[in-house]
Amino acid sequence: MYDAGKILAGLAIFVVLVATPFWWNAARGADTAPPRIEKPPAGTSCVLPPDQMRHEHMRLLIEWREEVVRQDLRTTRDAAGRPLRKSLSESCLACHGGREKSCDRCHDWLDVRVYCWDCHSDMGARRAAVAGGR
Amino acid sequence: MAIDRRSFLAAGGLAGLALAIRRAVAEGRLTAEPWAPPEGQALTGTRWGMAIDLEACAAHPGCTACIEACHRVHNVPRFDDPKREIKWTWKETFEHAFPAQENPWAGEERAELPVLVMCNHCENPPCTRVCPTRATWKREDGVVMMDWHRCIGCRYCVAACPYGSRSFNWVDPRPAIPEIDPSFPTRTKGVVEKCNLCEERLAEGKLPACVTACPYGALTFGDLGDPESRIRRLLAERPSLRRKSFLGTGPQVFYLV
Amino acid sequence: MIERALRGGSRYWTLVGALAVLAALGGFAYLHQLRVGLGVTGMSRDVTWGLYIAQFTFLVGVAASAVMVVLPYYLHGFKPFGRVAVLGECLAVGAVTMCLLFILADLGQPYRALNMILHPSPRSILFWDMIVLNGYLLINAVAARMGLRAEESGEPAPKWVHWLVLLSIPWAFSIHTVTAFIYQGLAARPFWLSAVMAPRFLASAFCSGPALLLLICLLVGRISRFRIADEAVDRLSIIITYALLANLFLLGMELFTALYGAIPEHTVHFRYLFLGLDGHHELVPFMWASVLLCVVAAVVLLRPAWRRDRRVLAWAAGMIFLGTWLEKGWAMVVAGFVPSPTGAITTYAPTGTELLIALGIYSAGALIVTMLYRAVLVTRGDLPAREIP
Ligand code: HEC
Ligand code: HEC
Ligand code: HEC
Repeated sequence: MYDAGKILAGLAIFVVLVATPFWWNAARGADTAPPRIEKPPAGTSCVLPPDQMRHEHMRLLIEWREEVVRQDLRTTRDAAGRPLRKSLSESCLACHGGREKSCDRCHDWLDVRVYCWDCHSDMGARRAAVAGGR
Repeated sequence: MAIDRRSFLAAGGLAGLALAIRRAVAEGRLTAEPWAPPEGQALTGTRWGMAIDLEACAAHPGCTACIEACHRVHNVPRFDDPKREIKWTWKETFEHAFPAQENPWAGEERAELPVLVMCNHCENPPCTRVCPTRATWKREDGVVMMDWHRCIGCRYCVAACPYGSRSFNWVDPRPAIPEIDPSFPTRTKGVVEKCNLCEERLAEGKLPACVTACPYGALTFGDLGDPESRIRRLLAERPSLRRKSFLGTGPQVFYLV
Repeated sequence: MIERALRGGSRYWTLVGALAVLAALGGFAYLHQLRVGLGVTGMSRDVTWGLYIAQFTFLVGVAASAVMVVLPYYLHGFKPFGRVAVLGECLAVGAVTMCLLFILADLGQPYRALNMILHPSPRSILFWDMIVLNGYLLINAVAARMGLRAEESGEPAPKWVHWLVLLSIPWAFSIHTVTAFIYQGLAARPFWLSAVMAPRFLASAFCSGPALLLLICLLVGRISRFRIADEAVDRLSIIITYALLANLFLLGMELFTALYGAIPEHTVHFRYLFLGLDGHHELVPFMWASVLLCVVAAVVLLRPAWRRDRRVLAWAAGMIFLGTWLEKGWAMVVAGFVPSPTGAITTYAPTGTELLIALGIYSAGALIVTMLYRAVLVTRGDLPAREIP
């Protein structure tokens, strides 16, 4: 009725195929070392403790954007209790010194495509340029 | 969907990864200045409205200060092809802005007068009624908002607007933006956009960009719910027109004549 | 049951292959549109809906028309439609699928399409249209399957299927009414703001849809042992005739109200359609062709002797289908946007990419219908499982 051999062979082929990304990366010699993310200036703190940020920043950002755009609630406090404006460009990117130095390194490494950048500009890079020129 | 993937990543792979990343981050260094939240009290109103002095505006037919200011601060792209055009505010001839005010004896000149037009932030907006995702809605204070994160680009609101105030991004607008102002996000292909009554500026205590840009004081912005406001006094003193108010939309942009 | 569609001779597979290739071609064109944006189409700031939405509107009519065979069969016990009802339901399945694909093709941000469910807005007609269309798809798919199974086993279908089919009758009316509401509720577009919009949509649907079904039945009759009974053809042609007359009558109502009432905002759209406006005559030939085709077909069908001649009938059905398509699947949507609310006249013509995508969607729909019909015909023994076609 059932042909155990064929099923097992089929399963094996399936597993090999499904794991293609791993083979591909291994063959390519992909960089598996974790990215280096530049730290924001000393004395500042993130919106939530860093551990939590790492896992929850996407959800936090979505929350922010709902609150700002749909409820007109625009300010919050950072982890140290300082007032903070809920803005992707003007808070996250400005404090983190631009996308390239923080967000992108992690996302590129993880192969996450963040579509927010289709519209949101890199405020941090601009600020850094201004600060550098001064 | 995405959440599942996220939780999965967070729970599994990232646990070990996080440690490694933290070490990497601890070694980093940065020079940018600490960021301080902006000062300033938000402007609040119960019913925002705008009064446009037709005479004062028409006296300077070549002036586009308001339009340029608006399009600059909101990163509105400039397409030369009228089919692709994106406009938040622009000038229309009198006969096209006010088709119901047609008058053959007023003369060619009157019909051709330039009139500044924009989203009317209607009391009873037909565009928000038709939106299938509530990506556009009327705020308590009367601003007809757009949520560019939610818009699916069906263009039903464009069909429903009796003023042609809404534009659709047929292609990626970024290459067509003369100079991107990073403090306001651009839009992307496939979403509808329109005047937002500078709600992001109101939140910072600033007047709409077109109002501050007008060198002739032809634009008055204010709270229609406040009987003492300048706009209410103007509307009580001078006769005014509204575009297609017979449709029951209740436009909140008034034209002083 | 459906797996029977996977058996067939070389002619069948050639047809399936050709349709699949066309559908794939449309898929590639769509990928291009996805990358560049809807700028690859001929639509513009003023004419923001075009070919896609027009096809969607037209096909909702085709889908709704299944009710014209289902209703007499199930409600009035008109037996000759028994064999045709399942075919009508299968046609509806294909048509609704095409409708949904056309809506998807028209979205600027298709990735966000689920927002319609995640953030529903009951004030929007589009929201209701999504519900009724998907519901109709489901109802017809289930009804067709269960009906066929009953035919095969020779036992009557379970009771709930009967209720489901009865539900499909008002549901069919609802899909086209709700689709008309999308247009007729817009104060901004005087051309569409008309109470006869929904009745007109139904009338044009109930002539064009059965016309298509009739043509398909005659075609299927040539390539299989399936034969549509004379009585069924007779009844279908009468339905088509009356629906066509109603459609023409309602068009006359529109014209009278607009032209005699003479509100410029209303008449201007009809002027654009029938006479042209400021040197723009793009739609004039289509509109006159549409009226002419429908009027000639009506005259032909009104004479019983001609109506009973299958050759003549087939020609008339073709004319009706084309005539209503020109009006509803083309001119009606575009004319609502011309002139724009600020008086601008912008011309619209679909681009090659747009046409290719539309062709792809039609091919996908035809593919679905072909395979469903194959399954039905094999099940009934009207087609040998392995032989041509
Ligand atoms: C279609 C363009 C577009 C995309 C894509 C987009 N945004 Fe926005 N976003 C905007 C615009 C425009 C505003 C400003 C809205 C306003 O002020 O009314 C905004 C505002 C915001 C705000 C609040 C104010 C501010 O300045 O940041 C947040 C937070 C935000 N977006 C987060 C996101 C996130 C997170 C993503 C990606 C998941 C994203 N956005 C993707 C256009 C976009
Ligand atoms: C006022 C400055 C400031 C702002 C604003 C800010 N951050 Fe941070 N962020 C920090 C600091 C400081 C850390 C901690 C770095 C460390 O000690 O490892 C951090 C850590 C993080 C981390 C963890 C990185 C790692 O080490 O793995 C993420 C992710 C992050 N931030 C995202 C965001 C996002 C998203 C926003 C906007 C919602 C934001 N940050 C706003 C200062 C800021
Ligand atoms: C510790 C590494 C890390 C850092 C640093 C980081 N991210 Fe992320 N980001 C992630 C991961 C992991 C995801 C989840 C991807 C997913 O769910 O598919 C993500 C997802 C997101 C998303 C949601 C994308 C989507 O499509 O839903 C946004 C928005 C985002 N990040 C913004 C930022 C911003 C802004 C910064 C910089 C201030 C940043 N991230 C820094 C790891 C990081």
